[in-house]
Amino acid sequence: MVEALLVIDNLHKRFGQVEVIKGVSLTVGKGEVACIIGPSGSGKSTLIRCVNALVAFEQGSVKVLGIEVNDPKLDKLQLRKHVGMVFQQYNLFPHRTALQNVMMAPIQVLKRNKAEVEAEAYALLKKVRLEGKEHSYPGELSGGQQQRVAIARSLAMKPDLMLFDEVTAALDPETVGEVLITIRQLAEEGMTCVLVTHEMGFAREVANEVYFTDRGVIVEHAPPASFFTNPTDPRTKAFLSQVL
Amino acid sequence: MRVILPLPEVLQRETLRALPVMRLSWRHVILLAGLLCLFTIATDAAGNNAVQTGVFTVLARWTPLLLRGFALNILISVLSMAIGTGLGAFLGLALISPDRPLRSTAWGVTQFFRNAPWLVLLFFMIFILPYHLHIGSFKFVLPDWSKAVIGLSLPVMANVAEIVRGGVQSIPNGQWEASESLGFTRHQQLWMIILPQAVRRMLPPWMNLYAILTTSTTLASIVGVNDVVTLAGQVLSAEGSRPDLLAPIYGYVLIMFYIYIYPIAWATRRLEHKYQVHN
Repeated sequence: MVEALLVIDNLHKRFGQVEVIKGVSLTVGKGEVACIIGPSGSGKSTLIRCVNALVAFEQGSVKVLGIEVNDPKLDKLQLRKHVGMVFQQYNLFPHRTALQNVMMAPIQVLKRNKAEVEAEAYALLKKVRLEGKEHSYPGELSGGQQQRVAIARSLAMKPDLMLFDEVTAALDPETVGEVLITIRQLAEEGMTCVLVTHEMGFAREVANEVYFTDRGVIVEHAPPASFFTNPTDPRTKAFLSQVL
Repeated sequence: MRVILPLPEVLQRETLRALPVMRLSWRHVILLAGLLCLFTIATDAAGNNAVQTGVFTVLARWTPLLLRGFALNILISVLSMAIGTGLGAFLGLALISPDRPLRSTAWGVTQFFRNAPWLVLLFFMIFILPYHLHIGSFKFVLPDWSKAVIGLSLPVMANVAEIVRGGVQSIPNGQWEASESLGFTRHQQLWMIILPQAVRRMLPPWMNLYAILTTSTTLASIVGVNDVVTLAGQVLSAEGSRPDLLAPIYGYVLIMFYIYIYPIAWATRRLEHKYQVHN
């Protein structure tokens, strides 16, 4: 068993009267890829938002590299240096170029040297195959290109854990591939990743463990080989028969 | 007629942004009607009555005085806008503050001044502010127009606050989430990510507000400031209160405002279009 990087233990999250996460536990080891799948409204996005403290939760524990997220005295900046997040809607800063989007956080948040950060930003954009687009504004880029800038922007903070929240859900089918290639490349390089996704084929290829959530609980989890061929829970079976 | 066409569009956008209502196109109609009246009556008067001085001669004679009055209207509008914008920016930021007491206080102040009739605020300021101002051993006379500036800057402040709040809240939540997860502090998020985007969206309604404010400076004439409307009245008396001069002189004042404000309205529309495409 590899060293655990993310440990979620009995997490509960309530929005008013509605409990959207009802006791979720999962562990992701260093360098592993966990895919969370499940019907809409099952609390997947909320779950990963709890991991980087975008959403506060009432009960349970989330530990990233030993940092307890559910601590009132949590140093959020410290946590967020370790956790990168990519969103469904890219959320690039539209008033800044691709390069500036990548450079902003390391300079402003980590207070790093500008020249150094700039060199890294060029390298990162090259890595996500956006060479030549450094000075384009987000509005001038396609969805797939914007999403790859967003990935580069997260990577610029040198995180230990990357969270992907349905990052291909808003993309045209033909650009989904280029984003998935980038994520696969990251996974192969040993980046620890948690993906909320509807791309079953992709989950099957890259995941070490697949989690199926429904109505705020993890119904079933297994390595992809057995998860997709021999689901045990009837809810998983029903879901998979619909999407596969 | 071309100017009337964008009416539904302008209204729609204004409803969307919950802006102070300004029906630009209606003002165009009224102004154009005023223009028409002016020249009909003017030619009429010039043709029928040879004994009295011609309308155009009267207008030409009083133009320097009326322009001086109009300059005071512009001065009042510029100063109230500057003060109102400065205060309103702070108030607007307080409206979106995470600090609850601050937010509620700001909300109360905003609502109070946004819903107060401008004329009542003007009267209030004229009577509440002292005639003299003592600073140490110096004694200043506070001119009436400076009280009008203060009176008008209060509703401007409240409206600017709403524009700031609306502009900030029009930025998608994803921008906050993305910058927060990159480790930006709230202060950095606001100043580096949100406000640079929001300011562009605030600009058109802010310019709209300025146009409304400029027309409203004529309220100052009611509280005794020697603005262009007060002077127009005095010109009329000086010319022996000739009824045939009434429409030309006030029409002349309308045209002054129109010439000053129309480019602003036009630029506002241009900006609205530009940023609509851009965002």
